[in-house]
Amino acid sequence: MRNTRGRGRTAIGVVLTGVMLFPVYWMINVSFTREQDMRDSPPSWFPVHGTLEGYRAVLDQQLPYLGVSVIVGLGTVALTLLVAAPAAFSLAKLRPRGGGTLSFVLLIAQMIPGIIMAMGFYAIFLGAGVLNTVPGLIVADSTLAVPFAVLILTAFMSGIPEELMQAARVDGAGAVRTFWSVVLPVSRNAIITVSLFAFLWAWSDFILASTLDGGGRGQPITLGIYHYIGNNNQQWNAIMATAVIASIPTAVLLVIAQRYVAAGITAGAVKN
Amino acid sequence: MNRVSQRSVNRVPQAAGSSPAAGRTRRATPRARSGQWAAWAFLAPVAVYLLLFYAYPMYRNVELSLRHYTVRSFVQGDAPFTGFANYATILGDATFGPALWHTAVFTLVSLAFQFTIGLALAMFFIRNFPLSATLRALFLVPWLLPLIVSSSTWSWMLNSDSGVVNAVLGAVGAGPVHWLTSPGWSLWSVTIANIWIGVPFNLVVLYSGLQAIDPAIHEAAEMDGAAGWTRFRRVTFPLLRPVSAITLLLGLVYTLKVFDIIWIMTKGGPSGSSTTFATWSYRLGFGNLLPAFGPGAAVGNLLIVAALTFGLIYIRLQRRQTFS
Repeated sequence: MRNTRGRGRTAIGVVLTGVMLFPVYWMINVSFTREQDMRDSPPSWFPVHGTLEGYRAVLDQQLPYLGVSVIVGLGTVALTLLVAAPAAFSLAKLRPRGGGTLSFVLLIAQMIPGIIMAMGFYAIFLGAGVLNTVPGLIVADSTLAVPFAVLILTAFMSGIPEELMQAARVDGAGAVRTFWSVVLPVSRNAIITVSLFAFLWAWSDFILASTLDGGGRGQPITLGIYHYIGNNNQQWNAIMATAVIASIPTAVLLVIAQRYVAAGITAGAVKN
Repeated sequence: MNRVSQRSVNRVPQAAGSSPAAGRTRRATPRARSGQWAAWAFLAPVAVYLLLFYAYPMYRNVELSLRHYTVRSFVQGDAPFTGFANYATILGDATFGPALWHTAVFTLVSLAFQFTIGLALAMFFIRNFPLSATLRALFLVPWLLPLIVSSSTWSWMLNSDSGVVNAVLGAVGAGPVHWLTSPGWSLWSVTIANIWIGVPFNLVVLYSGLQAIDPAIHEAAEMDGAAGWTRFRRVTFPLLRPVSAITLLLGLVYTLKVFDIIWIMTKGGPSGSSTTFATWSYRLGFGNLLPAFGPGAAVGNLLIVAALTFGLIYIRLQRRQTFS
């Protein structure tokens, strides 16, 4: 009785998931659809005459964009960890005076609309001459991840047993040594999660890229897709093939850090 | 602010209890002062970072909104101070009223549907069944996809002539809808896409809220004869109210700043029919050949006031919940 009930629920769950993920399926389906079948009515539900011409177009035209996105993503991860990990260690274990205020500021910082940051950065970057450069975009993209990274890493590092810190102190390790040799290795999973998120957000960013790197030589993949659509390109299989490739980091994040993704979302919303 | 410091104080007794040495370092001995130095040395990068890359851009944004900028004075930096003239300009602009209305409709309709669907799904998934964890993970996909990916996919699905949505509508006998190209539908189209993206967030947060409810309460309710809809309305939903409030407020802050989806799908058009504050601000600053940075920044600042107002309410609620 109970078993059949469970199986029934699974069946409903699969249907619901299928409905929810239909747009993702459709993206994949269209990415394999031939140019001449694109405007069929009704559209073909499966890529029966599947073609790789869309993906060939990606290889021909989008590789530079993808390369820039990888560099920007990795740069953002590095900058984010560099700033966030020491701060999280301090907030979690060193009890700085004013630490509470800083956490509060970080929470607020997460809520600032992207368009505001974009316009402010535009004014600053124009004066500093880093408009349309990859380092400039890395700095701007890191603002998407730093507050989140500090908050998540702090929450994690607060859970490191006090005994471990004590042991390091007894062994004569100073704060730097403790941070580097004890706290960082223990926090590996949290660091991986934060890095994946930072990479994904930098990879997905559109508003900062379009305002701060819209005229640059090295543009990220979000702008690659945007130009594709904007040029009145009717090659929708190529557009959707690019979209599929641009979704790879999402898939990686889900597979590697599935457990932590939900934790990451709720950590921002429901503390403890 | 008080609550924040209170929290860090609360943490101390645990540490002190675990080891006698921790209590000693708290007193104002030279050791403690050097501890403060170390603590702030580790915080220094993030403090500098926040000043340079958060405070400074926001300051520049306020400054932009208080001066009369042209392309030339933008580069040379000698724009005349004009006080609140830019704010007066946007308040008197014909776009202001519609943009306010669209922002309100877009936000409220998105929230209502995201929350309802998210809650229904959370209720469904809270009963564990084979594959439930995997399916729940798959539900995260829309939330994690780059917005350009979801927006362009929805654009093509909602295409008037070749979109799959109109094909399905045609199959059941309904006429084609010009989702993205008619002023009557464009706002609904971007709202639908936004709901799709926001459901996973609501699902995950509400699911964790449901998990936190003590099963004994449900058993007690069941013994009192409350089941199904009655139990949900009388027991589950009231217990979920704090988490619901937080979900909605955070969703509100997120939705107010949505830009990518609308800009990529409709650019705020046709003829301004899906323009919100976020896209209006962008269009003023970057969307025209002649940028209007001053008014653009002014619109952006109105948006930030709204976002931070709700953000502060959210933080207040969240703190209260942590302490209760």
